[in-house]
Amino acid sequence: MRPTGEAEAVLVQILFYLFATLLVAGALGVISARNPVYSVLFLVFSFINSAAIWLLVEAEFLAIVLVLVYVGAVMVLFLFVVMMLDINLAEIRQGFTRFAWLGWITAAALIVEIVGVIWRHGLGGVDVGRGFVSEPANYSNTLALGRVLYTRYAYPFELAAVLLVVAIVAAIALTLRRRPGMKVQDVSRQVAVRAEERLRVVKVSAEKRS
Amino acid sequence: MITLADLLTLSAILFALAVAGIFLNRKNVILLLMCVELLLLAANFNFIAFSRMLGDLTGQVFVFFVLTVAAAESAIGLAILVVLFRERRSISVEDLNTLKG
Repeated sequence: MRPTGEAEAVLVQILFYLFATLLVAGALGVISARNPVYSVLFLVFSFINSAAIWLLVEAEFLAIVLVLVYVGAVMVLFLFVVMMLDINLAEIRQGFTRFAWLGWITAAALIVEIVGVIWRHGLGGVDVGRGFVSEPANYSNTLALGRVLYTRYAYPFELAAVLLVVAIVAAIALTLRRRPGMKVQDVSRQVAVRAEERLRVVKVSAEKRS
Repeated sequence: MITLADLLTLSAILFALAVAGIFLNRKNVILLLMCVELLLLAANFNFIAFSRMLGDLTGQVFVFFVLTVAAAESAIGLAILVVLFRERRSISVEDLNTLKG
């Protein structure tokens, strides 16, 4: 039984602003942290807050996917690479502030423009001030998404699977390193070997008994 | 109650911060990849907001595919990064000048 009415709406709004603030703070941390490891951890923080916001707007499946796939897999991959590479931080940080002003001006202009379009022009007739209507209690986001994903979007879904396989093969092929002088088994040669290559029958003439 | 404008504004702020991050960390390829992830996240926010607003699940299906492609992109990007670091012992964008572009 979920609480309904005014109290729930206020609670949801408070939670939204809390997670939104944390998300923006996390994004700021990502772009300004001195150490790339901290940047990755801030990005994980941002993704978790985004997942919380997606839960609040009732996109539950994608919220869980974001945590499982992004925080669980992609960010761990980032963390591995950042920790594996021995990066000279001082060299990377050099000239950090040279174009910072340009970045901040661009960011401010982007925010002003997009927010202006949203609030002043109302996106061409869409009522931007309207709140989200809650789905009924027996509605399952995962079920509804699965229904369209496996019927109308079945081919794109399979294409996505092919894309992931290509990505796996590409990532392995790119980073595979063959060092000379390493002793490795060649399975196909082991399987294809014939008896004549291994066993040689030699005729030895008998020695005379003395 | 969360409104459409709230979500779109949040997404705009996130997008702008990621763009600023690309300007700030233009030397470090790992940070650039992370900023691209933030950009995609901001775009996903818009898709989800409009999908929920219009009651059309297509937007959420699209977010699903964006997540798939972004995962593939970061995996290959990081693989290229590892190969690059092996070759040059550095991940600075300025060392990527073999093509003289």
